[in-house]
Amino acid sequence: MIKKLSLDVCQKYFPSQIIGRKDIKILAATRFFSSTSVDFKPSPTNINNATVNTTPTAPDGSPISLKNAERDDNLYGTRPIYLDMQATTPVDPRVLDKMLQFYTGLYGNPHSSTHAYGWETEKEVEKARENIAKVIGADPKEIIFTSGATETNNMCIKGVPRFYKKTKKHIITAQTEHKCVLDSARHLQDEGFDVTYLPVNSNGLIELDQLEKAIRKDTCLVSIMAVNNEIGVIQPLEEIGKICRKHKVFFHTDGAQAYGKIPLDVNKYNIDLMSISSHKIYGPKGVGACFVRRRPRVRLEPIINGGGQERGLRSGTLAPAAVCGFGEAARLTMAESERDKKHIEKLSNKLINGLLSIEHTQLNGSPIHRYPGCVNISFAYIEGESLLMALKDIALSSGSACTSASLEPSYVLHALGADDALAHSSIRFGIGRFTTEEEIDYVISAINHRVTFLRELSPLWEMVKEGIDLNSIEWSGH
Amino acid sequence: MSTVVEHSAKDVLALYRSFLRNASKFGNYNFRSYFLRKTRDTFRENKNITDKEQIDKFFKQSQLDLAILKRQATISQMYHFDKTVVEKL
Repeated sequence: MIKKLSLDVCQKYFPSQIIGRKDIKILAATRFFSSTSVDFKPSPTNINNATVNTTPTAPDGSPISLKNAERDDNLYGTRPIYLDMQATTPVDPRVLDKMLQFYTGLYGNPHSSTHAYGWETEKEVEKARENIAKVIGADPKEIIFTSGATETNNMCIKGVPRFYKKTKKHIITAQTEHKCVLDSARHLQDEGFDVTYLPVNSNGLIELDQLEKAIRKDTCLVSIMAVNNEIGVIQPLEEIGKICRKHKVFFHTDGAQAYGKIPLDVNKYNIDLMSISSHKIYGPKGVGACFVRRRPRVRLEPIINGGGQERGLRSGTLAPAAVCGFGEAARLTMAESERDKKHIEKLSNKLINGLLSIEHTQLNGSPIHRYPGCVNISFAYIEGESLLMALKDIALSSGSACTSASLEPSYVLHALGADDALAHSSIRFGIGRFTTEEEIDYVISAINHRVTFLRELSPLWEMVKEGIDLNSIEWSGH
Repeated sequence: MSTVVEHSAKDVLALYRSFLRNASKFGNYNFRSYFLRKTRDTFRENKNITDKEQIDKFFKQSQLDLAILKRQATISQMYHFDKTVVEKL
């Protein structure tokens, strides 16, 4: 059942040099040398007459700039729409404005307590700490700066059990956690700790009675993420916190995707440790924070030892520019929270409605307990990677950025009980503060086109349309 | 406490225009759209304040925000990137 492609249909979507090329691997390789060209024009004369003077050339190294059948692409730009806000977000110009002070004048070491250069930087760092703490209702003294959420997750998941290792030997986490949590837990297993990986239900949420049953006498830490990075579901933090407090177990939550996006209160939710990342909230990359509760005190063994900065939990000179950029980003999430929330919800609903109106699509993860800025949708009978390849003009991902180089289906979707085909055909859309309605309209129409096109290529789709149940077919092996 | 300055409707309009002008100077499509949207929203939200003290407070804060916007719009024009697929050339 080989489907014949009419060449002109093909050329509508792929430029001529691709058609007929047998080695598809080249296609795959070009994905990584994608489409951005950057010109630096630092001369001041350009500042005033910077009305754009680009010629509409295709970007270098990208032979596959896909053409939209319905409009003249020569009239439009070439840079893809950015819809991968779970991987990272652009730095807000107001954050950059804050950071530039530290690269131009405020260069003192915040730990230098003998002179004014140190004092002025320290003052700014403390202001940032306060802003960051305020978002989650914490005390500024409970915020420890780190290099990012991965370091924080390592610090918490290895640090707490190591400190209490004489009496406690068990930690609990979930199957859908981020790779850095799972990998840290695996390291602990090598050190002789027991780890329970809680399963999740088909909505992506953990079952509270399973959590309670899993807690043992020697359990010292429960680590459950707040918002999942692939499917955007929000775990019942308040209930988990209650259970942990009742059994006197420390509760760590990976809040990288949740901080500044959903309401969080460490005291209300009984959270003892929280990982926070700056570059998910329009701050700079390379900085994050750890919330470590002081009352009741949480003790952990530091990974990095040295000068005793940050309460001795994370030694090393702070990067004031990054830290204060992070602080400003945190302040902005509070100042802009209502506007952002309204905007993201509106665009998210539009996107979900637009995409689910395509037949044989489904939203992954709980439809209710979710952060609207993360939308994960499966397109049946299509390979997710081939859809991504066909969507050069939209920057998307089929899952976490850490695993986007491999073609393995997502372990998160597997944990939800999705089969291989479904896990392979899912795509994650990330909407943020700077996404526009125009972009969402473009995305909906582009995906509609490409999904139809790719399905037309698929023999499976033909069978589905003929009403053949695919599960009833006995595929012959080679 | 600093003295409260009175601002006329003309002043507010000039400030609003100045925000829009600087926001539209951003080279980056997403930042440009965002700051235009934010400017319109903010001024609309504060449309009905009548208290002179509050108006002055809003004015002073806006002046600081405008300075940031001016600087960042200028920086944004120094580094040039391609336009996105939803932008007309």
